Amino acid sequence: MQIYIRISGLGGQGAVTAAHILGGAAVMDRKNALVNPFFGAEKRLAPAESYVRVSDEQIFDTGEILYPDVILIFHPDVILQGKSYTMPFFSGIKRNGIIIVNSKKTIEFTEDEERRLNELNICIYFIPATEIAKQIGGTELSTNIAMLGALMGVTNIVSMDAMQESIRERFGGKVKFVASGTTASLDDAIKKQYDKVEKLIAANMNVLTEAYNRSAALAKK
Amino acid sequence: MPANELKEVSTEYMLFEAKREEQFITGSEAVREAVRRANIDVAIAYPITPQSESMHLVGDLYAEGYVKEYFRGENEFAVMSEITGAAMAGVRTFTATCGPGTLRAFENFPMWSGARLPIVMGFMTRAINAPLSIQPDTIEMSFLLDTGMMMMHAEAAQDLYDMLLMSFDIVEQTSVHIPMGVFVDGFFVTHTRQKINIVTEDVKLRPYNPGLSPVPHIDMETPPFRLMRDPFVMKSNYISYAAHASWQQEVMASAQRAKKYIKKYMGSFIEQENPDASIQIVASGTAVSQAREAIRMLKAEGIDAGLVKVKVIRPFPADEIKAVLSGAEKIIIPEFNRVGWLCREVASVIPNNDRILPGPRVYGGMTMPPEVIIQVVKEGALVGV
Repeated sequence: MQIYIRISGLGGQGAVTAAHILGGAAVMDRKNALVNPFFGAEKRLAPAESYVRVSDEQIFDTGEILYPDVILIFHPDVILQGKSYTMPFFSGIKRNGIIIVNSKKTIEFTEDEERRLNELNICIYFIPATEIAKQIGGTELSTNIAMLGALMGVTNIVSMDAMQESIRERFGGKVKFVASGTTASLDDAIKKQYDKVEKLIAANMNVLTEAYNRSAALAKK
Repeated sequence: MPANELKEVSTEYMLFEAKREEQFITGSEAVREAVRRANIDVAIAYPITPQSESMHLVGDLYAEGYVKEYFRGENEFAVMSEITGAAMAGVRTFTATCGPGTLRAFENFPMWSGARLPIVMGFMTRAINAPLSIQPDTIEMSFLLDTGMMMMHAEAAQDLYDMLLMSFDIVEQTSVHIPMGVFVDGFFVTHTRQKINIVTEDVKLRPYNPGLSPVPHIDMETPPFRLMRDPFVMKSNYISYAAHASWQQEVMASAQRAKKYIKKYMGSFIEQENPDASIQIVASGTAVSQAREAIRMLKAEGIDAGLVKVKVIRPFPADEIKAVLSGAEKIIIPEFNRVGWLCREVASVIPNNDRILPGPRVYGGMTMPPEVIIQVVKEGALVGV
């Protein structure tokens, strides 16, 4: 088993944190994982990408993933405004690949894009991850967790147990990984909304499950 | 374990005997874990991406008591000058920078070698402006080749961790006492999270003993103390020129004398896989990982290719490289820089160097997909020399 995932989002959406949580979960499942970020000057809403490689074998390849199996698009502007390091958003995707887009409604592609996506037999899912994060988690900062839930609904890349454990480790663990100084301040802001870390974790679990259920239902169709 | 309860151990014990555990961490965190166990007296930081995180995490170690002194310098030139002062005063130091920071501090590096300072420093390589880029590129290494500094190039976080820990004992040998730069590709390693084996938290290296320095350290309690050791060089006469020249030779000889200590801890300057293949890929740093992936993909197509991983850049393992490439018909040297400094180095030490197909070279922060290495293997050089 080897899955390469490219995550394209905007700064502040947690694209890098999501990659770390996913990689951590894969390692808990006793797989090999390698996680990279790619960003320019660190600021909110600037393009940010991250890459997760998961494999049963040792992984050497590092840096940007040019030929992903799965692409997660954290914001419609990645596609509609070209807020991305990778143009078009599906560039390099492998045949029969999967794309999950955080969007309330279906995005209309150009004729050319539509034709190329069809040729490659790409399956595209539109999941309202930010809405799920706001409604279930009470904050749009959980968008990344909703996207991870959606990913798990359509692939079996990591087990639910490992994913939950990895989320717990990120937000409540003794030694937690924080993507950057800016991420640390976002952490502080979000923690003010919850009197206990456990509640923040519980909210994230609910977001994860809801997004999982929605994408799994779409995948069945 | 609290900092003051760590047991002091030898470098041999730290590298070869101490119990290790697997952790899933970033390259910057690997720097922190090496420094935690390195018994550092003074660490001085100045931020520049992608190095910032490493020295930030060293600052956390200071807060926890693992590093005795830590502060932020005014800029990279100031940091390296302050490191100079600390090293001259006879304590173990650590700092790191990258790219434009390396160039800003540049005057200090040959000065460290000439002053016989046992400084270990991290370089998290980054592109050099202009145009502005914060992304990985190893071009600064080409500038540092002739500073008298020793240089190691880590492939991934595991190498980085081990190379840092072994370097202190190498540079602190009386017969060596010149600086060591441990180089690692920014982002590709510093910001990449991967599995690495870390020594358990209960040990640290023995402290530096300045009494073993081949040149006297500044002893502030025994005047007269002086910063400049070599006033004869200030005179314009034959003796001063000869002194300067012989001193430079002594610095070069120090790097040669370091070889046996590097070998003791690293085993070998280069590693080779599949030595009988007629196609050999020579690489250092992240390019090694990309080459490994390319070799795996070539094998699936039935094409046999070997790998020569160069771990030490200075002192350059000329004899070893010449020997392992003696049977190669095609030599491919993938690099993350524009100038191809590793290609030049290899070309300068092997016979029939038209066997080298230069490149692929990727720079300015781009990724090197294994596919472009495969393209050179199959179709020949992509760049001119």
